[in-house]
Amino acid sequence: MAIDAATVRKVARLARIAEPEEKLEPLARELSAILSWIEQLGEVDTDGVEPMTTAIHTPLPMRDDVVTEGGDPSRVLGNAPKSKDNFFVVPKVVE
Amino acid sequence: MSDLTSLTLKAALDGMAAKSFSAVELTQAHVEAVEAAKALNAFSFPTPDKALEMARASDERRAKGQTGRLEGAPLGIKDLFATEGVQSAAASKILATFRPPYESTVTANLWRDGAVMLGKLNMDEFAMGSSNETSAYGPVVNPWRAEGGNAKLTPGGSSGGSASAVAAELCLGATATDTGGSIRQPAAFTGTVGIKPTYGRCSRWGVVAFASSLDQAGPMARTVEDSAILLTSMCGHDPKDSTSLPVETPDFASFVGKSVKGLRVGIPREYRVDGMPPEIEKLWEQGIAWLKEAGCEIVDVSLPHTKYALPAYYIIAPAEASSNLARYDGMRYGLRVEGQNLTDTYEKTRAEGFGNEVKRRILIGTYVLSAGYYDAYYLKALKVRRRIADDFDQAFEKVDALLTPTAPSAAFALGDKSDDPVAMYLNDIFTVTVNLAGLPGMSVPAGLDANGLPLGLQLIGRALDEGTLFSLGGAIEKAADFKAKPKKWW
Repeated sequence: MAIDAATVRKVARLARIAEPEEKLEPLARELSAILSWIEQLGEVDTDGVEPMTTAIHTPLPMRDDVVTEGGDPSRVLGNAPKSKDNFFVVPKVVE
Repeated sequence: MSDLTSLTLKAALDGMAAKSFSAVELTQAHVEAVEAAKALNAFSFPTPDKALEMARASDERRAKGQTGRLEGAPLGIKDLFATEGVQSAAASKILATFRPPYESTVTANLWRDGAVMLGKLNMDEFAMGSSNETSAYGPVVNPWRAEGGNAKLTPGGSSGGSASAVAAELCLGATATDTGGSIRQPAAFTGTVGIKPTYGRCSRWGVVAFASSLDQAGPMARTVEDSAILLTSMCGHDPKDSTSLPVETPDFASFVGKSVKGLRVGIPREYRVDGMPPEIEKLWEQGIAWLKEAGCEIVDVSLPHTKYALPAYYIIAPAEASSNLARYDGMRYGLRVEGQNLTDTYEKTRAEGFGNEVKRRILIGTYVLSAGYYDAYYLKALKVRRRIADDFDQAFEKVDALLTPTAPSAAFALGDKSDDPVAMYLNDIFTVTVNLAGLPGMSVPAGLDANGLPLGLQLIGRALDEGTLFSLGGAIEKAADFKAKPKKWW
């Protein structure tokens, strides 16, 4: 299915990636070409087939719900673009 | 000292055990080789001081009689692995300044066994690419050149730095990762050995996530035995990765050299694709003949859903990537580009920090997971994935392993396919099925094409049966007697 510039704008917004207006058309063409190649999956009969989400056959293991490490804010914040008093500093989210 | 860099990993370990040379001497030779090979752009962040410090510590351990399985062996580490205190950027601008406060389990296992880190290896950004051209550090160059030509060729991707560094003898071996063929295709393009183990063999903890249900780490090396030694160290159950399998790791090297007599090897007819170069077809026939001579029984098998593997992969992998890469929001680590409000900051940070291929895949992933398209694309792809895995299950009722070409061509020139995403994706046509089914796959160098460029054969095994692949890979290696090396121009 071909997708248009408006759809690219919407998807880019959902993905939180700023795409300039002039790139929407070329991206729509590129993504449409990829999606039309993917369309061939429609040929496969998948009636009654269980979706495969993992290649692991064993159930996910449970572990004890205990703290194993922590209490080291300087390591946690070491890569932060902005921090203050052992907190991450982020843009204001409420007025 | 150049003879020290041309040793196999096994010979280097034996040489240090026999006190013929020290870990410091071996490491110094490799540090110099890395320094002299800047034209290959294989290392994105060499760590010569750390390497020599680790080598000194290794020599001290050896003097005290404490020797690990990889004691003193200098290795390269793909930039996708978190290495404590050392830049780990996944070849992306968004992580350019990231220095992890922790070590990935796979690299921690290597250091536990005594290995030495030469530095971080260049790769496609977030492991998304088949030619290494999506790296924020620029493309890696293949040490191989076509006879009589000097065009720069791709080493393949995404583990192109690993492949180039191993082929050019800058390290004895390297870590790599494989989501759709990123170990095996570069191995084929550079005349090296690469194995992606069964999903769950290697812990994914501390490996930057691309598509979590497909990502697996594995080694690249110059011989089958070397890759077996490395894989044995890399594997092992890790409670920090819930998909890490609670199984024992065999000594994989013990399978190399074992007789393959009586093994049944399947030849999947669907891998004979249109437009495959006759040389690859011929090499495949040659591989079949070698295994027959070694006593294998060759069986014709069918994997009917093979052609749907790539399109299914290009829904599943971007879908998982769009979710995994949501964490790069400029708040806790990595790049932040300040905007007018929170959303604007997110959007500007991600627009500035991600390259074009990564953005393309995030957009596709977001689209196929969005309301109204989820069933038609994502769910459909997961059902096709099941069909592909079922094909393998049926084939493995009749055979012990499968033999196929690794890639549909030899290494191509940098820039050749960068304008056509789908043409680039087709590089993984023979490798991607294995990731979808979670099976082990290995590429072994088997010959040269008419231009003198290496070609590889792929072996695919049952889940957790890497041992059979090491035996068969060893048999092909012995029969092919692949001794060619790239002529040094760098």
